[in-house]
Amino acid sequence: MFDSLAGALGKAYRAIVGQKVLTESNIEDGIRAVRQALLEADVNFQVAKEFVADVKRRALGLDVIKAVEPGQQFIKCFHDALTDLLLGGQAQGLPVAPQAPLVLMMCGLQGSGKTTTCAKLALWLRKNKKKNPLLVAADLQRPAAVDQLQALGKQLNIAVYAEPTTARPPEVCRRGLEHARTRQHDVVILDTAGRLHIDEPLMKELQQIHDLCKPHGVLLVCDSMLGQDAVNSAKEFHARLPLHGLVLTKVDGDARGGAALSIVKVTGRPILFAGVGEKPDDLEEFDPPRMAGRILGMGDVVGLVEKAQSVIDEKEAEAAARKLQKGQFNFEDFLGQLNMIRKLGPLKKVLGMIPGIGSAMKDIDFDDQHFQRIEAVILSMTPHERQKPDLIDLPRRRRIAAGSGNPLDVVNGLIKQFKMMQDLMKKMGRGGMPGGLGGLMGGGGKSGGGFPGMPGGGFPGGGFPGGGGRGFPGFPGGRRR
Amino acid sequence: MVFGKLLSALKKTRDVLTAGLSRLFSFGRKLDETFLEELEEVLYNSDLGPVGTRIVEDLKESYRKREVKEVAEVPAFLRRRLLHRLAGSEAPLVSAPQGPTVVLIVGVNGSGKTTSIAKLAAHLKKQGKSVLLGAGDTFRAAAVEQLTRWAERLGIPIVKQPTGADPAAVAFDAVAAAVARKVDYLLLDTAGRLHTQKNLMAELEKVVRVVKKQLPDAPHETLLVLDATTGQNAIRQASEFAQSAPVTGLILAKMDGTAKGGAFFGIREVLPVPVKFLGVGEGVEDLEPFAVEGYVDAILTFDKSTAPRA
Repeated sequence: MFDSLAGALGKAYRAIVGQKVLTESNIEDGIRAVRQALLEADVNFQVAKEFVADVKRRALGLDVIKAVEPGQQFIKCFHDALTDLLLGGQAQGLPVAPQAPLVLMMCGLQGSGKTTTCAKLALWLRKNKKKNPLLVAADLQRPAAVDQLQALGKQLNIAVYAEPTTARPPEVCRRGLEHARTRQHDVVILDTAGRLHIDEPLMKELQQIHDLCKPHGVLLVCDSMLGQDAVNSAKEFHARLPLHGLVLTKVDGDARGGAALSIVKVTGRPILFAGVGEKPDDLEEFDPPRMAGRILGMGDVVGLVEKAQSVIDEKEAEAAARKLQKGQFNFEDFLGQLNMIRKLGPLKKVLGMIPGIGSAMKDIDFDDQHFQRIEAVILSMTPHERQKPDLIDLPRRRRIAAGSGNPLDVVNGLIKQFKMMQDLMKKMGRGGMPGGLGGLMGGGGKSGGGFPGMPGGGFPGGGFPGGGGRGFPGFPGGRRR
Repeated sequence: MVFGKLLSALKKTRDVLTAGLSRLFSFGRKLDETFLEELEEVLYNSDLGPVGTRIVEDLKESYRKREVKEVAEVPAFLRRRLLHRLAGSEAPLVSAPQGPTVVLIVGVNGSGKTTSIAKLAAHLKKQGKSVLLGAGDTFRAAAVEQLTRWAERLGIPIVKQPTGADPAAVAFDAVAAAVARKVDYLLLDTAGRLHTQKNLMAELEKVVRVVKKQLPDAPHETLLVLDATTGQNAIRQASEFAQSAPVTGLILAKMDGTAKGGAFFGIREVLPVPVKFLGVGEGVEDLEPFAVEGYVDAILTFDKSTAPRA
């Protein structure tokens, strides 16, 4: 998401990069590129216009600091304006209930992803806030919506309150609340039916639920693929119910997400969460400055490090790094590293979080199956072979190739690159960040020694950032000093 | 032309476009930069996206060539241009020369596939056709139940397996059942999938292969359901889905809101397939065959009372 916006901004940046000072005329092209990018990303026309004016005002109002390059300053203006816009002028986070239970009410258009989001949010609250949530099935409109919530509840072991579909939604919500109080649930999430903002009776019903249950927060669930009409519907929902915040869904698609910016702008409410995948735990807290950074192609190193820290075993990583530096790194260690990277998630997602790589890589398709291939090759080696790669002669290679279902070339390539990496490591000793893994993954694509389909050269720039102070834990050499 | 419900839905909304257009074509306006920018905004608000910009460029060009001289001629110009862009985008549902007509329904999550299937089934049943449903969304919790409810309500048989089953297996069974029972139409549901999910798109390819194995000329129709509230991403959806399934037509769902589904103009450039139906309400009867003129008039809201004369 937001990739194309980043691309256009890059263009704007290049237009300004050589300039000594920012003037009305030399930022004109950049401003125009920004506006066009926003429009193509489904940002509302008026919102785009105001936003561009805001960026311009910030840029021209700057005291020119000689040491800082104007192009950088322009991007900073943009970053700040975007962060402010994404914040919606509001503090982030869920509302606080003076007295349990905390009542959250979800609403939105049909198909925006309310039911799925309810389940994801309940899971998130249980995992991260140690809550005991209750889901209330108040979508009695769509056939089997109640069954859907119940099935999700069962799957995630989260309590669901439901009544027959002949009941009235406001009553169901009220009784659900009572149920929660008696059962000591400290959070109640009301799943309401999807509705059109112009459907008068259904909008009235939503207000009834609100009056009856007095939720601490109403969350509007918005599809990130929405177009210009997003502004109309969000405005109407906000006029009927005071929204606390937004949940953006289907962010794992390739929508440019401009409508989300418009909704934040017209409602003045922040995006609290983003749905980023089909799995129940694919819900992330939304962090405006970080998202602004990602939009600008500045990467999300903070996110990457956080994620890395959660999946990577630091001790194991350090041990691997030491071995690597001594040139004792073997295929077993390599496999361990590979699995750590895989735990981070799909490769493309991981790479997208690295500054400068996200936009450069947007058209390249990373197939995580290459990891599987490498794994297959290594797993087809005997433990002895894995520990002493030098043992692996031609007959053994043939056997490994046959065993792993790969052509001999692939095995040869992997071993050759592995040895090169080992040599390199020995030479570098305690170096910064070797690009060994990258080379191993993709190097020599054309010669047939590498892995077909992998863009030649492996990871650009020869490795992951973070060799210095703010290390990327777990990668060879990425030790904190 | 049947587009009563669509037009009435639009009339009810009094949306931005109408307001925009009537302001735009109010008396005494000049064909100047301000006018053009406002026109561009009006077109953008209908999700025409960059196509809107191109139409405005066309208008400028025509103005230079003196083909359009004043504001009063602009509505007719717009109508012509929009109609021209949609030429050939109207076609009825095909039917197989013999045996069951297999209609595969695909789309992203929440676009309205299951509801569209129910409406389409009701539509066909009303025409006296025999219909069978195939519950191919075995992924989303209770999706099978949702379609089953519809089948019960409509009194239509359904082929299904529990949630979590292989969708290709359901497709296989459904086609076999359709042939055995000699039904006129098989409507085959699929799970919603984002077009960026490679594995899920591959799964869709497999469903198509399995259907073909049983009936080589099937699916006779593969309809991509698009949510009319979707913006420019609809274009990506169309081109990506067409890579994995032989998309033969579109269903524009949720046309009863204030959204116009204007992204369809951009879709024409990457995937020139017709729109077969519009979803115009929550009721099972709220499905209308697509009619280009009605749609363009709805976009321009050429309702006699407020619309500029064409």
